[in-house]
Amino acid sequence: MDERERSKLFEQTVLPHLDAAYNLARWLAGNDHDAQDVAQEASLRAFKFFGNFRGENARAWLLTIVRNTFYNWLQKNRRQEMAGELDDEALAVEDAAVNAEALNLRLADAAAVRRAVEELPVEFREIVVLREMEGFSYKEIADLSDVPIGTVMSRLARARKRLQKRLAGEFKPGGQR
Amino acid sequence: MNCQQAKPIVEAYADGALEAAMIMELERHLHDCPACAQALRNVQSLKKALQQDAHYFAAPTELRRRVKAELNSKSELKSRSSMWNWLTAATTGMATACLALLLVVSLGRPSAEQRLTQEIVSSHVRSLMADHVLDVVSTDQHTVKPWFNGKLDFSPPVKDLAAKEFPLIGGRLDYLGGRNVAALIFRRQKHVINLFIWPTKEKNSEPALITSSQGYHLIHWSEVGMVFWAVSDLNEKELMEFVQDYEIRPD
Repeated sequence: MDERERSKLFEQTVLPHLDAAYNLARWLAGNDHDAQDVAQEASLRAFKFFGNFRGENARAWLLTIVRNTFYNWLQKNRRQEMAGELDDEALAVEDAAVNAEALNLRLADAAAVRRAVEELPVEFREIVVLREMEGFSYKEIADLSDVPIGTVMSRLARARKRLQKRLAGEFKPGGQR
Repeated sequence: MNCQQAKPIVEAYADGALEAAMIMELERHLHDCPACAQALRNVQSLKKALQQDAHYFAAPTELRRRVKAELNSKSELKSRSSMWNWLTAATTGMATACLALLLVVSLGRPSAEQRLTQEIVSSHVRSLMADHVLDVVSTDQHTVKPWFNGKLDFSPPVKDLAAKEFPLIGGRLDYLGGRNVAALIFRRQKHVINLFIWPTKEKNSEPALITSSQGYHLIHWSEVGMVFWAVSDLNEKELMEFVQDYEIRPD
């Protein structure tokens, strides 16, 4: 395949997923400027490594690269946000049921939902995007994020618990904002 | 099943990831246990709130433009340098190249089905890239179906699956395997499903068969004298749900 054909094939198979790439980058990086940088760099890396793409799932493949690009970027630019402090004592406390009425009220407020997701630690934001916005299965997320399926499930459960508690007004991350 | 056993699997249930055997048991428990049923409802409402379009950031035009520009400049540079390499290596490489080409041609000839799959994926991808996804934009099956009158020599069965969370978006005329076909467009969240329909002389129904190509899943089946091909980047399971909801099954 010559370079032009390769580029055309890339445009047809991978570029249609640029929205997904940007959306993930945007949720991870938290602002448009950094998200565009990450999504652009990831797209160009994807093109460079397009030869390794085995034609399975272009969207998952591209998002794997976005994810890696983002964590490299994070390490360089905002080390303090790196993973590691996912132990949420506030949640380890009995996972009593949340107040459904309060929860439903806040869920109707899109801005409140958005803020609650933005306040999640980065790994939790990632899994929420992959599962709820991209609709990937547990298995696909496990492959994409390179963690065991059990980790996917427990992370997702914890992310959801946090969101529910936050939205129902029972949990404030890291003090007041 | 008790609450202790139900709790850890309620989310897998909400995510459609629970195996069939467990589903029945869990549902029985949910029926009798208001607390677990409420926990499930909470997860479901949360999922729904997160899946709203409002939370999805589409790529800015500026980003799309920059990526395309970079790709073009990269592939042009490479083309030029590879042209030079080719010229210098041409004399020695010629024989090998011819042999390789022959091999590719004889081994690489795709079957009719592969060619059709390719055409369908290409058509699906084109519909995602260009603005001409739809010729008739309507979520009403009673608008979409008559629109095909006079444009096709058959009347495709049009169903709206909004209730199953696969809303109909519209339709368009397409051209596959040398004939005009109906293309119906559905959505699940951000994922577009193209459903291609054309008539067949084959009277027997054929069950749904799943394949994939270039990262897209395809399911095709035939019934009531029509061939159906559904294609999407949706995961296999949900695309299968779509097909099961769409199937007409006259019996």
